[in-house]
Amino acid sequence: MTDTDVKLVYDRPVGLAPRTTHYCPGCTHGVAHRLIAEVLEEMGELRNTIGVAPVGCAVFAYNYFDFDFVEAAHGRAPAMATGIKRTLPDRLVFTYQGDGDLASMGMGETVAAAARGEQITIFFLNNTNYGMTGGQMAPTTLPGQRTSSSPLGRDVETQGYPIRTAEMLSTLDGASYVVRRSLGDARGIRNAKKAIRTAFEIQKAGLGFSMVEMLSICPTNWGLSTPKSREWLKEHMLPYYPVGDFKVSEEAERIMKEVK
Amino acid sequence: MQYEILIAGFGGQGTLYAGQVLAYGGMDEGKHVTWLPSYGPEMRGGTANCTVVISEDEIGSPTSLHPTAVIAMNLPSLDKYEPMVKSGGWLIVNEDLVNRVPDRKDINIVMVPANTIAREIGNERAANMVLLGALEANLQILPEGAIERSLEANTGEKLKKFVHLNVEALRRGAEYKL
Amino acid sequence: MAKEMIKGNVAVAEAAVRAGLVSYFGYPITPQTELLEYLSARMPELGRAFVQAESELGAINMVYGAACTGLRTMSSSSSPGVSLMTEGISYIYGTEVPAVLVDVMRGGPGLGNIAPSQADYTQIVHGGGHGEYHLIVLAPSSVQEAIDLTGEAFDLAEKYRTLAVILMDGFLGQMMEPCELPPFKEVNMESPDYAVAPKPGRERRFLTSINIDPPAQEKLNIHQMTKWEEITKNEVRYKGYYLEDAEYVVVGFGTCGRIALTAVREAREQGIKVGLLRPVSLSPYPTEVLNELADRAKGFLVVEMNNGQMLDDVVSIVARRAPVHFYGRMGGMVPYPDEIGRAINDMIEAKAANDYVGRDDWLAQMREMIGQGA
Repeated sequence: MTDTDVKLVYDRPVGLAPRTTHYCPGCTHGVAHRLIAEVLEEMGELRNTIGVAPVGCAVFAYNYFDFDFVEAAHGRAPAMATGIKRTLPDRLVFTYQGDGDLASMGMGETVAAAARGEQITIFFLNNTNYGMTGGQMAPTTLPGQRTSSSPLGRDVETQGYPIRTAEMLSTLDGASYVVRRSLGDARGIRNAKKAIRTAFEIQKAGLGFSMVEMLSICPTNWGLSTPKSREWLKEHMLPYYPVGDFKVSEEAERIMKEVK
Repeated sequence: MQYEILIAGFGGQGTLYAGQVLAYGGMDEGKHVTWLPSYGPEMRGGTANCTVVISEDEIGSPTSLHPTAVIAMNLPSLDKYEPMVKSGGWLIVNEDLVNRVPDRKDINIVMVPANTIAREIGNERAANMVLLGALEANLQILPEGAIERSLEANTGEKLKKFVHLNVEALRRGAEYKL
Repeated sequence: MAKEMIKGNVAVAEAAVRAGLVSYFGYPITPQTELLEYLSARMPELGRAFVQAESELGAINMVYGAACTGLRTMSSSSSPGVSLMTEGISYIYGTEVPAVLVDVMRGGPGLGNIAPSQADYTQIVHGGGHGEYHLIVLAPSSVQEAIDLTGEAFDLAEKYRTLAVILMDGFLGQMMEPCELPPFKEVNMESPDYAVAPKPGRERRFLTSINIDPPAQEKLNIHQMTKWEEITKNEVRYKGYYLEDAEYVVVGFGTCGRIALTAVREAREQGIKVGLLRPVSLSPYPTEVLNELADRAKGFLVVEMNNGQMLDDVVSIVARRAPVHFYGRMGGMVPYPDEIGRAINDMIEAKAANDYVGRDDWLAQMREMIGQGA
């Protein structure tokens, strides 16, 4: 063996357990998990954080994150996070939820937590369908989009319109930081990480409710390859769900500027 | 010995408070006491009543179909509760707010112009205490002066200025001893 | 300590505070609202957590979260609200975290009314939520007992990592009685080993009610049943009145139990040898004492403010060794002692066979009473 200069450029963050996930190939849950784990590690908060897992694809998230976690009933993660945060106000508390869990079953709990200005952070993974149960229509399914429960394409006459969660929550005074990012490309992922860091910093500073919505791909249920899924996200999701900062309170803005 | 006292009237006449004054008196004398209000929509503007049970022993039912005594502060209460008074029991009636005399012959009836008396001593809202005074004078549920002592002891600072009036009302009511 | 006159709802709230309650989550509903209102001032005053949730669903799931920290938490509600909470109840039990719930029952089904009722006995004692679980259910019949049981509920919930319910009704919630509050317990902010409460150097924990692997779920079910066996052995509570020489036994809990006491005393005055068994823990049920009584009693009369829900339990324990009569009022109606007294006399006159169960005759009698015919 010859001496070679070896530089480690990629490793598992300590916030993730050395375990293989059950997520499908190409799924962006793995990306989101990694970003959260990296941020908490960088902030030195891994042993000061409690995560709340949803019902949906991320139901086993507590197996992959290597710090304290609880598993909520479907949609109730923001309520459960409220109970934890109010009891242990000096810990960082976040929920990790998909579109069915957050925007359908748990919209009430989500809106109420935001309106109360609950000092929690929600990470909302929007992939326009119910992944775990096999790709049914979600509140986020786009008009005309085919799913296993809207096989002819979402008919807005009978099945209504998608919910733009970030925009909706941005109208609430209790919300301090509500943004949407895309996990569809490298630049989007870098921006998402920055938003995750900002949201946690805002919580740490006690500035109120924060949510980072992350546009995600679901190659399995979309019936597309991973590259094609990324294209589909750009082509169909971004026009309906634009990336942006929908609510940044004055104090949050100060923190946002500090986060590199 | 156990006493069951039902106090009924319009909301705002102080029926619940009169019951509490009696109940506190019982408590301060070391008796077993329950105070049970009627509750619900009727609290808002309709009739209001409460039942106070005072006993030497652990109290079973906090209500009674045949109370020892009824204070009827208005006509609807008289109509409703006159038939319920235990035979040989007592019916204390606010004479000012009824237009008839009670029918029962097997009970003791005390007619008290409670509003008139309360007005005389300076505040019509003390009519409830006038009737309570009449009740206590006739039944002697508690040792003499117990209710007055209890009023002194259990009235909060904000309402202390009314204690004197209430004691006066109790005394005036007590003049209606059969 | 001097006695105070306190309403049942407020007494339970203050008892919880003194038991070291760290957090409360609730939603207003009559006839329980004073409990929430009281704590909305009291908890912040003491620097403790209070949240008026968006719904009972929100409230119970906040309790679920707080319970995962292992620190003392509670909610309170009334029948329709508790129906919404059954989801969270099942999860809390499944995750084995400690919490206390106060259910001030009212008339139903549906919206029903706000009058006192015991119509949720079956819901609370025998399930309500999905999956298999047994809650600890305590039914006070006086304000003092409500205070004492509230403190015990927290201890039991912690001891067995389970949910303890104080099951009462609007009558007790609204009633004032002289009572003594316990001294303040120091608030424990030290989370137990199993709880999520991360700190540097401590290994990570997670709490869940998921067991995707059926053998693992079955193992947990067996563990929970074993725990229940233990609770059944240790935590039965009841009160007996005049049972030593009783030929007839009235069985009633909560408000109905204390109303029956007046009827039993009056019957005693007439020379009838009747006693009263008042179960205080409805779950675990005082099976053993009832079993002993069934060997010697000539008849039982179950009185409830429902259609005979506890009756089924008494019938199964008495097991045809004596007739089991029934008298109940429903829909928020509360029986007077006179009605129970009549039912005692009817029981004695009926000389019913040992396998007699009184529900059908009671229903016929009720139809007649309210003029509906058969």
